[in-house]
Amino acid sequence: MIDFEFEPQVRAQLKMYHAVAEGMMRPISREYDEREHEKPWPFYEAMWSAAQNLGPGSTSEGSSKGDGAAKLRNLYTCLSTEELCWGDAGLFLSIPNPGLGGAAVAAAGTPEQKERFLKRFREGKPKWGAMAITEPGCGSDSAAITTTATRDGDDYLINGTKIFCTAGEMSAEKSEGFVVVWATLDRSAGRAGIKPFVVEHHTPGMTVTRVENKLGIRASDTAMIVFDNCRVPANHLLGSAEVKPTGGFKDVMATFDATRPIVAAMAIGVGRAALDYVRDFLKDQKVPIRYGLSPRRLTTVERDFMEMEVQLKAARLLTWRAAWMLDMGMRNSLEASMAKAKAGKAVTLITQKAVELLGPIGYSRKVLVEKWMRDAKINDIFEGTQQINLMIIARRILDYSSKELN
Amino acid sequence: MISFELTEEQRMIRDTVVAFATDEIRPAARLADETGTIPQALIEQAWELGLVRGAIPEEYGGYGDARSAVTGTIVAEELAFGDLSTAIHVLTPRLIAFPVVEFGSSEQRIRILKDFASDKFVAGTSAFLEPRFDFDASALATTAVSDGTDYLLNGAKCCVPLADDSANILIFATTNRDLEFRGVDGFLVPRATPGLTIVGREQNMGLKGLATFEVKLENCRIGKDSRLSGETPFNFTRIVSQGRVAMAAMAVGVARAAYEYAKDYAKERKAFGVPIATKQAIAFMLAEMATEIDATRLLAWEAAACLDRGEDALIESSQARNYAAQSALMVTDNAVQILGGHGYIREHPVEMFLRNARSFAVIEGVATV
Repeated sequence: MIDFEFEPQVRAQLKMYHAVAEGMMRPISREYDEREHEKPWPFYEAMWSAAQNLGPGSTSEGSSKGDGAAKLRNLYTCLSTEELCWGDAGLFLSIPNPGLGGAAVAAAGTPEQKERFLKRFREGKPKWGAMAITEPGCGSDSAAITTTATRDGDDYLINGTKIFCTAGEMSAEKSEGFVVVWATLDRSAGRAGIKPFVVEHHTPGMTVTRVENKLGIRASDTAMIVFDNCRVPANHLLGSAEVKPTGGFKDVMATFDATRPIVAAMAIGVGRAALDYVRDFLKDQKVPIRYGLSPRRLTTVERDFMEMEVQLKAARLLTWRAAWMLDMGMRNSLEASMAKAKAGKAVTLITQKAVELLGPIGYSRKVLVEKWMRDAKINDIFEGTQQINLMIIARRILDYSSKELN
Repeated sequence: MISFELTEEQRMIRDTVVAFATDEIRPAARLADETGTIPQALIEQAWELGLVRGAIPEEYGGYGDARSAVTGTIVAEELAFGDLSTAIHVLTPRLIAFPVVEFGSSEQRIRILKDFASDKFVAGTSAFLEPRFDFDASALATTAVSDGTDYLLNGAKCCVPLADDSANILIFATTNRDLEFRGVDGFLVPRATPGLTIVGREQNMGLKGLATFEVKLENCRIGKDSRLSGETPFNFTRIVSQGRVAMAAMAVGVARAAYEYAKDYAKERKAFGVPIATKQAIAFMLAEMATEIDATRLLAWEAAACLDRGEDALIESSQARNYAAQSALMVTDNAVQILGGHGYIREHPVEMFLRNARSFAVIEGVATV
């Protein structure tokens, strides 16, 4: 039955996430936006120890606990992500957890590999996981990867340069985490030859050569990682080494089906932060928002605000649907891309409008609205740009292959 | 718990209605638009689906189905996918029947609902909209003033579907303007009541198959027992919300009709040796159209789910309707654009979809869930 209501225990959990966002993230939000590349270790420690008890939420690994949340794990991850990104999207991305590297292990790894690589996130000191796919010469066209993996005895030697690796520095050099790097076994095989390899932290031959300075999400490190004859054991290749058309790249896509709704939820969290701020601000200024009235009788401010509000809601409903489908075991590539495309664009526009509505106050770094506008933009770029998601939607609805529509 | 799954029953209803819309309604749509008449046989066929009679309690000759706004939303979308004029026409008796079921006294139910227990289509309607640019549901200019024994109705209504054929019209009028939505009441007015004049059939840019009328009320005197007053207190907000959800759902249906037509066309039509759908300029338009259609449907469902929980859902339904009015216009306009010159020609239906879609931002109160 069509239903949009949460059970009481989910509401209670979301309240807790909201308290974290409000009490632990917002107070340091501006500080770590201004002090890019510095790390809020007390926040990391607190989030790490909380995650040991929390179960599903900020980690993409999720939980196998037998509570009600297990069934709708992807949906609830979206809900908690929205709450935490309402707090701060940059800090959210920097929380110690398996991250996209963990998602790749979960999607492509064998049961033995999942246990071997993910166990560390349930014990010891804070750790990060990262995924390295983008290269200086290829972004959206991830099939054009030039980083190579060459068999050498019981090992693979990885060579190449990866960029835009979220939490790359924390995973490779600042914790006992790992980086999942996508490299090709056989360039002539195209997509089929691309495989994910787990590279352990501090592996010789893996070097973080640069950490980017960014428009927003500055609390999160975005690394360039060079692999120079980086030697990894053969059993670090996730899944099967066999080069076949159905393997390899398909696993990247499986990862995106799960992560795109999460990125959409991140966007929605940032958008809601801006919307809530504007709502409180207008209330404070005694500017009413008159719902139910004919649009022809509304002021421009009312129309703008209501438009922001409903755009956010539309994006949220698309996001929930995409995550819910995954939880139900349905194929959701189309819906995940719809959610991501909608949320990325809607929230970019919502936060820009929020700055505009507040005038010079919105533009001032005294309040966080301008930061949210900067933070929002990344959601229309990473994990597939707006245009790549439109391409995926178009191929699906038109029933075209990537050869027919590109 | 969050779920996007239709019930077994809803799936069955959807499949039945979409088949009817595709096989029967759509083929008749163009002629209805050109001639201003919907074939009586089609109307009778639609009546047999029980879309009005279904929700009438068995004691009044209906089938006593549980009424669900979500199900109503699904029905409205699928009918409008066939043709908006026909969809509104066949559901119009709901405009009086459903409020009487929900808010009428037992005497009013007996009097009004027996008409709709028929095996044949029977017209009945409500008068909601008023001919003003700043029309507002919370501030109706039509008034009902009590003189102790009777009510005197005064005002002007427009876009009243099937008014000329209806034995009774449910008229919404303000009894206390300060109370906004809560100051509005519903009055069951026989068509022949002195002071009620049906001015004439309206000529609109779209919805041309649907007969709508302007209705004038000049010292129209009706008895106290005409005011809807059953056990459940009259709730105009809910009626407005139910109408807005229905319009949102119909907007999805019209948008989907245009989108699917344009999509099929783009896969067939060749330019520079390849189907135009293989060009990003066209493919991305279609991708955005598909996304907006889904987003709008979810907004309509969400508002309908609020109604089914017993809430007024004024904010949710207004959001859905306003969003739908924009998205349906965007989608149908894009459909015309994708067909290019051919989209402008009346041989293809997309120009009709565009004209029909324009109504959603302007008209309300002509459908309910």
